Amino acid sequence: MKHFVVLFLLSTFILTSCASSSSQGSSDSSATYIENKGSDTIVNLALAWAERYQSEHLDVRISVTGGGSGTGIASLINGTVDIANASRSIKQEEIDEAQANGIDPVEFVIARDAIAVIVNPENPVNELTLKQISDIYSGEITNWTEVGGEDRPIVKLSRETNSGTHVYFLEIVLRLGNSEDETLFSMDTLLLPSSEGIIVEVRQNPNAIGYDGLGYVPDDLKMIAIAEEEGGAYVLPSIPTVNDKSYPIARDLYMYTNGEPTGAIKEYLDWILSPEAQEIVAELGFVPVDSE
Amino acid sequence: MEKSLNWREFVITRSIKASGYSAILFVALIFFFLVREGLPTFGEVESTSLLNIRWYPIEDRFGILPLITGSIMVTFGATLIAVPFGIGTAIYISEIAPRWVREILKPLVELLGGLPSVVLGFLGILVLSPFLRVFLDLPTGLTAFTGSLLLGGIAVPTVVSVAEDALDAVPRAYREGAWALGATRWQTIWRVTLPAARSGVITAIMLGIGRAIGETMTVMMVTGNAPVLATALGSLFSPVRTMTATIAAEMGEVASGSTHYHVLFFIGMVLFLISLGVNIAASSVVFRAKKRAERILS
Repeated sequence: MKHFVVLFLLSTFILTSCASSSSQGSSDSSATYIENKGSDTIVNLALAWAERYQSEHLDVRISVTGGGSGTGIASLINGTVDIANASRSIKQEEIDEAQANGIDPVEFVIARDAIAVIVNPENPVNELTLKQISDIYSGEITNWTEVGGEDRPIVKLSRETNSGTHVYFLEIVLRLGNSEDETLFSMDTLLLPSSEGIIVEVRQNPNAIGYDGLGYVPDDLKMIAIAEEEGGAYVLPSIPTVNDKSYPIARDLYMYTNGEPTGAIKEYLDWILSPEAQEIVAELGFVPVDSE
Repeated sequence: MEKSLNWREFVITRSIKASGYSAILFVALIFFFLVREGLPTFGEVESTSLLNIRWYPIEDRFGILPLITGSIMVTFGATLIAVPFGIGTAIYISEIAPRWVREILKPLVELLGGLPSVVLGFLGILVLSPFLRVFLDLPTGLTAFTGSLLLGGIAVPTVVSVAEDALDAVPRAYREGAWALGATRWQTIWRVTLPAARSGVITAIMLGIGRAIGETMTVMMVTGNAPVLATALGSLFSPVRTMTATIAAEMGEVASGSTHYHVLFFIGMVLFLISLGVNIAASSVVFRAKKRAERILS
């Protein structure tokens, strides 16, 4: 549902920007256009930024499109966008390809994305290792006693397969970051269409385990402290632990430009890293980056 | 004057005729579209993997069996609830209730029919599913049964209003005849009124099933959407994923023209064929009943 809204916003946004640019015609030759394309994870954030920025800078027009991190970076390499959004860092072969094309990608970490694992507050389990979470979601562990809890069946909740969070959780948690691994979510994992669905179910069901973007987790649910491996330190997700990289299920979100940005693009990126723009990051459920 | 009247008549009859035929045209067009978008599935996915039990489209696993059994499970449960309840209500309203009760009940049932299904879905998530989890001691309240209860509720008004109209249309003389022969009220209803209204009552059931199998929003919210193959009746109390919920949840994200996109249309085709099958089965029953009645009357 969220994505429909995004698509709708996106299309109206493009339409309105087209309409306004054509209505102003040639008299407005001073307007600067910034093409921004890439990751679907970031597209909401990029749209929110673009809208706010344009309302304050009438001479700048920003068009935002999704399509995926790979698409965004490919467009940057082809020179068709000014800023590429990516939820992963650029690969070496993409850098080589870009340089062969005379493009020099420069990286900016513009926000962070952390996933919190949540359970009902009645559940006595406070800590899990990544491996244990993987085993729970793949169906190896089916009862809370196996991870130090009460004798209750585990009900696994996940976002739908088309959610970026689902894919990220699959890669980083279920497959423990190993791209050769073919582990899948166990078939009886409940796939809920929204974050809200997961939160409502975890709130009322002590058997449930779920995951969601850190910024979306309400205070009345319990977040699990996670250790990367057995014997390691268990870390609760929070803005400081995400920023110092001690919390394991977190990733940086990037923007790439061709060379050190100048002019309007530089101003836009500087604004994105400012506290005002980072406030929008927090509103959308991501983790703001430290400005220092 | 005469001429213009003829001319008007001509336009009116033709436009009524056209709107009648347009229904056929629309069904044909929809089916053509479904087939055009869904048939490439066979070229892209092997039919054996379509019959697999794993639905995980982002890794190219397109086993649609769990989705079909999921839909059947939820619809079956909903029918079990909606049919006795709906026909019972219709009989009460039409045959038993005093006039003033009838005048309150009928609009209320119709009001129930107007409830948006998303509202029922909310009730399901917030009230019904926690209640069922505790009451039936289930691991989770998001099950096929929860969906069935709500879909039953959605289908009841449809069943009631169609069945009630059919019962109402049975001539009073039938009942009076039965009473004159010494039949009790129940015998009259069961042996005379209900069989006489049979075709309308079957239509009511059919429309109710159609309403249940096609419902999307509520089931997506309350059935848990886990694509587990339902093999026994016990699956009614575990999470399932229906065909409609799958299409609704995944269509928004899928790249147009991809394998996944074609498979989703293929699921739409299967859904269409299932409801067509239900329709044909029901109308053949009605047809046979009519022939028998004609034989008796002649």
